[in-house]
Amino acid sequence: MDMITIPAVNLTPILPEIILSVLAMALLLINVFVQSSKKTYLSYISFIGVVGTAVLVGSGWGTHIESFSGAVVQDNFATFFKMIFLLAAGLAILIADQYMEREDCNHGELYPLILFTVVGMMLMAAGTDLMTIFLGLEVMSVSLYVLAGFNRANTKSNEAGLKYFLLGAFSTGFLLYGMALTYGATGSTRISVIATQAGQMGMSSGNILFLAGMLLILTGFCFKIAVVPFHMWTPDVYEGAPTPMTAFMSAGPKAAGFAAALRLLLIAFPTLQADWSQLLWVLAVLTMTVGNITALRQDNIKRILAYSSIAHAGYALVGMAAGNSTGTAGILFYMLSYTFMNIGAFAVIILVGKKGESNGNVQDFAGLGFKHPMLAVAMTIFLFSLSGMPPTAGFIGKFYLFSGAIQKGYIWLAVIGVLNSAASVYYYLRVMVYMYMKDPTEDFAWTKVSAPIALCLVLSVAGTMVLGIVPSIILQYAQEAIKLI
Amino acid sequence: METLFFAIITLVAVVSAILVITCKNPINSALSLILTFFCLATYYVMLDAPFMAAVQVMVYAGAIMVLIVFVIMLLNVRVDAHKKQTHKVALGCIIGLFTLINTAFLIFKSRAAMPMGPYNGSIIKQIGHTELIGKEMFTTFLLPFEITSILLLVAIIGAVILAKKKI
Repeated sequence: MDMITIPAVNLTPILPEIILSVLAMALLLINVFVQSSKKTYLSYISFIGVVGTAVLVGSGWGTHIESFSGAVVQDNFATFFKMIFLLAAGLAILIADQYMEREDCNHGELYPLILFTVVGMMLMAAGTDLMTIFLGLEVMSVSLYVLAGFNRANTKSNEAGLKYFLLGAFSTGFLLYGMALTYGATGSTRISVIATQAGQMGMSSGNILFLAGMLLILTGFCFKIAVVPFHMWTPDVYEGAPTPMTAFMSAGPKAAGFAAALRLLLIAFPTLQADWSQLLWVLAVLTMTVGNITALRQDNIKRILAYSSIAHAGYALVGMAAGNSTGTAGILFYMLSYTFMNIGAFAVIILVGKKGESNGNVQDFAGLGFKHPMLAVAMTIFLFSLSGMPPTAGFIGKFYLFSGAIQKGYIWLAVIGVLNSAASVYYYLRVMVYMYMKDPTEDFAWTKVSAPIALCLVLSVAGTMVLGIVPSIILQYAQEAIKLI
Repeated sequence: METLFFAIITLVAVVSAILVITCKNPINSALSLILTFFCLATYYVMLDAPFMAAVQVMVYAGAIMVLIVFVIMLLNVRVDAHKKQTHKVALGCIIGLFTLINTAFLIFKSRAAMPMGPYNGSIIKQIGHTELIGKEMFTTFLLPFEITSILLLVAIIGAVILAKKKI
């Protein structure tokens, strides 16, 4: 038998992943020697690591490097999404420390797990092989299951972790089955090879194996990005998980799911576009409507934001259903702005909340505008952005998603989207009404803004406003990122 | 001969799979599951994949089953008389039957030629199945192979955090 010659590997595309993994392992070791009262230092180290990695990732803009015989790639698309993941992780790390201390679960393992989640998400965005994408998804998911159940003393957190784990494992089955069928139909797991085989053999919806593979893969991703009817886990998990992790979970992994789904649908399955486009049309309408209508009847603010995050996945699906450059660039832009506004809103929720996850109802925000005016202004900006009011990032994002749908000819989809957006204003405004128009029932003495959370709030407000007022800078990047696909 | 063998194995696999979900005693279910795993291993052997068959037997029928049986014994699951949920069973049967007919119809309807990968049965027999898997793992799928180690590390950390008494 001949010797195995290991092919030359270029480590440049996965250098960010390597750095984050090594940092995470180092933090695990350092954690052993740090007293439990000084775990804050771990958050500083990991934040600096995330910033450094972001600089490195950003410097790779404009390059196109394939490596590991086509299993992973460094292109603008991956770079854009990696920046979103790093941003989400950075903001989550900033808000995590104060909360974890308050809830008495400030274990140092939190930060390595966040970093490993980012590694998994990065591999999903950069993977050009079904195997890489799947393993990236698993690294991300397994870390998230633990993060959801991180508050071990809290039964709701336990429930969140277990529920997320069971349903996540179930959805992985769908994804893997779809990948196996796609492999059977095309004879390869490389996305580029799948595309050429499908093009040469003329595989379209007539080829059942290929079609079923695509549908099952899509189902798997729909679970991860909480699309109706695969959204059942979302409210419970988002409510039960520690608040900083809920913030992280609703921004980062959702973007990662969209990244991998976009790459697969646009590169591997363009011959099936007529099918998945129609399917996503229906899913988008369902997701937006169910998410918004259910959110109207919620009182717990974390549940409201959970249902709103379902609705936002629906808005992004509008862009995916369109599948043209405006719509898909709109998804990239929207995921970035959603990261800013959503994590910002969760930061305020953390500050208003009390020990033991209490004080999390809309009524508890009564009079926040009089006691903490700056905090209330920040929350107002985030809520306006979430509901899609100009001049915030949320408005521009929705504008591009819906105009993508109109360009494609899906007028009704855009109309339903706008109507949903209008309905959503109700539950966002309700929080504002409580903040400004009700008399304070409590003095909010426990609300102390620590420096990291203040930094997170400033960054989020700045991001939300800048993206809303001068969106063209980021949109140009988004459009370039989508060009390679 | 091979078809007959395949038919027998399939029959055993399906019957034992049904037993897994119909047995009242969890230990019996677990034992039926082992039988199903063995049948799957036989499929791999028939597909010229002896390495896969060995892994199937060792990992699934061996390690994972020991785990399942241990957990059942440690938890001391009692066979309690649970409520009859006839309408749910009926609904499940109808959906299952519908899916089965649908799938069979679609499979018989589409008989498109599928492209082949670079390896077929004779090449695999010539080089050796285990050698081929090893070669692919360290060349084409080197990166996924390495990511697996990260995945296992994360799982270990998670297990410690969630299950250890004092951290």
